[in-house]
Amino acid sequence: MKYAIIRFPGSNCDWDLFYVLRDVMAVTPEFVDYRETTLPDETAAVLVPGGFSYGDYLRSGAIARFSPIMAAVKAFADAGHPVIGICNGFQILTEAGLLPGALRKNSSLDFICKPQPLTVTNATTLFTHEFDAGETVMFPIAHGEGNYYCDDATLAQLKQNHQIAFTYQNNPNGSTADIAGVTNERGNVLGMMPHPERASEAILGGDDGQRLFASLIASVTAAAQ
Amino acid sequence: MYRVKVYVTYKESILDPQGEAVKTALHRLDYQTVEKVTVGKYFELNIADRGQNIDEEVDQMCDQLLANVNMESYRYEIESTTTEG
Repeated sequence: MKYAIIRFPGSNCDWDLFYVLRDVMAVTPEFVDYRETTLPDETAAVLVPGGFSYGDYLRSGAIARFSPIMAAVKAFADAGHPVIGICNGFQILTEAGLLPGALRKNSSLDFICKPQPLTVTNATTLFTHEFDAGETVMFPIAHGEGNYYCDDATLAQLKQNHQIAFTYQNNPNGSTADIAGVTNERGNVLGMMPHPERASEAILGGDDGQRLFASLIASVTAAAQ
Repeated sequence: MYRVKVYVTYKESILDPQGEAVKTALHRLDYQTVEKVTVGKYFELNIADRGQNIDEEVDQMCDQLLANVNMESYRYEIESTTTEG
């Protein structure tokens, strides 16, 4: 089983994810270039890393969505397999229509880089079942455009379907309903602005992020059996 | 040839933090008459005339790429610049 990490021009959290998966979680990550049109054989999950793909031209994530690999990512998600987008990865997945809503500039207009206490709003997803519902976890954010927006009808659906996975306790960026991470309706695609891969070892200030990856790994391992 | 101008802004219902910041700065310059500022994006496109439905084509371009219709609205002006000969 492989964990495919998509690399776009301008991705910069690709190695962080690779390192956590290989060295901390002891699974097999593989980089996939954005010019590829297929995912590696035995891909169990796709991870779209943070960064500034295509220089954030037009809108963050707007151009990456048209990369050759994205058709394969969309087909993978449509087949029900797990896909997670972190930070710029979240922006790309919303632009690609794999997740509802959009990310605006932070309400303060500042780039914010600091740890954030989050509430695990849904601890039953493929990506969060190792957490306790309502638990507080600490993940850093590092973004200028993480201000989640969706209209009222979409927000009502997100709540009704339990698609809100994480919320900010001290909303740093103006996000609608304090939303830090959402899933698609089916629950197999997660996007989040905070960085679990930067919070997966105690020496880096906290290891709450490990349980997100442990949840994902347990989910794909169970699905393979 | 068509020359097309596209204007993209946040939807009316969405707070435009850049517009608010610019408005505040204009007030600091003592332009107290400024009541609202909207910051958006402006595109100019030159498009070959192949007999297509240009209005529909531009609308699709805006819808698919130039604007994120979840949060932005767009409008455009199409000018035909067909030269003689």
